[in-house]
Amino acid sequence: MLVLAIDTSTPAVTAGLATLAGADVSVLAERVTINPRAHGELITPHVLDAAREAGVTLREVDAIVCGVGPGPFTGLRAGMATAAALAHGLGIDAYPVCSLDAIAATAQAGEPFLAVTDARRREVYWAAYDADGHRADGPHVQAPEPLGLPVAAGDGALLYADKLAVRTIEPRYPTVAGLVTAARPSFDAEPAPLTPLYLRRPDATEPGARKRVTA
Amino acid sequence: MSRIIMGIESSCDETGVGLVRLHDDGTVDLLADEVASSVDQHARFGGVVPEVASRAHLEAMVPTANRAFEKADLKLSDVDAIAVTAGPGLAGALLVGVSAAKAYAAALGVPLYGVNHLAGHIAVDTLQHGPLPKPCLALLVSGGHTQLLRVDDIATTITELGSTVDDAAGEAYDKVARVLGLPYPGGPPIDKAAKQGDPRAIAFPRGMTGPRDAKFDFSFSGLKTAVARWVEGAERRGEDIPVNDVAASFQEAVADVLTAKAVRAAKESGIGTLVISGGVAANSRLSELARERCEAAGIELRVPRPRLCTDNGAMIAALGAHVVAAGVRESTLDISANPALPVHVVSV
Ligand SMILES: [Zn+2]
Repeated sequence: MLVLAIDTSTPAVTAGLATLAGADVSVLAERVTINPRAHGELITPHVLDAAREAGVTLREVDAIVCGVGPGPFTGLRAGMATAAALAHGLGIDAYPVCSLDAIAATAQAGEPFLAVTDARRREVYWAAYDADGHRADGPHVQAPEPLGLPVAAGDGALLYADKLAVRTIEPRYPTVAGLVTAARPSFDAEPAPLTPLYLRRPDATEPGARKRVTA
Repeated sequence: MSRIIMGIESSCDETGVGLVRLHDDGTVDLLADEVASSVDQHARFGGVVPEVASRAHLEAMVPTANRAFEKADLKLSDVDAIAVTAGPGLAGALLVGVSAAKAYAAALGVPLYGVNHLAGHIAVDTLQHGPLPKPCLALLVSGGHTQLLRVDDIATTITELGSTVDDAAGEAYDKVARVLGLPYPGGPPIDKAAKQGDPRAIAFPRGMTGPRDAKFDFSFSGLKTAVARWVEGAERRGEDIPVNDVAASFQEAVADVLTAKAVRAAKESGIGTLVISGGVAANSRLSELARERCEAAGIELRVPRPRLCTDNGAMIAALGAHVVAAGVRESTLDISANPALPVHVVSV
């Protein structure tokens, strides 16, 4: 099974192709650019470049896996709109995966650990995992503080290692291998809707009493 | 051999997907025009909330596209080119449409054309009234824009003659509606109230019409303040607010300035056709006054039906069709959404 993976929940603009045979994930090509402001520009070119490198056409892709965050909203939506339209255009399914689960899927902690990403505004997105990498808590968004576990993966862990009181481990961002591995159990069923994990409400305030223009 | 163009619009609070057929002779037929609006979600905030709009675009994009293909009885594989609003508009909102459009182009293996939303408002008229004469004038009036444009070629050459120096006309409608206790968006309720009122009851100012003001620029901020001042004065004196008269007098001031400047531009440039488009073009007094004044000046007036005037995907598909027909080069798949795309840049 040929899988296209996309994630734009972090400053990494990530796309790649992998084959899935049983539980074996083998990555054919992966394109990553670290640029929090270029998700919309780069994600589709990355998809096409990865396909070229892998020697496949998009028509051959069997399924799409897309990281649905949590992540800062604008960049996250670029990848999700891309995945949704690619799936529609190719007539295949797109499977959502929590981007923190994708980080956790390739982390080698050997003990319970955290996956933590930068939520901006001095906050982090985080989830807790058991020693086998299964999510035990989260995802949440909050200010960085000790979260009960001493080991953490993800760029938020690197950024706030002191405040979180953690030892950091790889990876920093969701990878193609992590995305496909985390999504694998969901391939047997109908895909869940591709809905972003925003965790925050939109900033908007209802107007108060109208200001008078005369004194 | 005719070609099918898919248009995607997401610059503000409407997610639009349109499908048109471009014939070999350059004429364009409308096949589908599906719109999902998030306007109800913004109403309690009194204006469009960008994050709310962007969330709604992502949710609505594929379902809206699906409806358009069903309506047109076409398959995605029938599409020959994709056009998308590259700007101007809200950054986060544009990004959803641009991202989706690139992905559709990549999946279907067809060219992408990133096009200008403002030019789309003009191009949409060709779906109803046929090819545009070259040159023609266009007056764009909506919640986001108020511009007077010279259109030498809808696919390539548009020049701005004037624009608003402060609020867009539609914004002034929303603010005045609030002053009068009418709902958001303000255009339809003010238009309705104005029909029962006297447009000469109150002499509100006509902005930017002094001898030293830029001939073709507009200003609606002073008018909006004048209305608020007048209403507050009446309140202070304990009088009932004659909502219908205020609405009619305000609307008269807007329509007067817009049509006077557009007709003057036509006369001075010797251009015989005026297109009025954008959400405010549906306003009854604006189109009535424009009709009177154009007729008196011997100018042909073209106003697309209201459904085409508001933001939609059909206008982007129509513009895309003209851009394709003109042989303009396609966009690369790394184009950015440009919230401040200038009107003379028809395609990117
Ligand atoms: Zn518009």
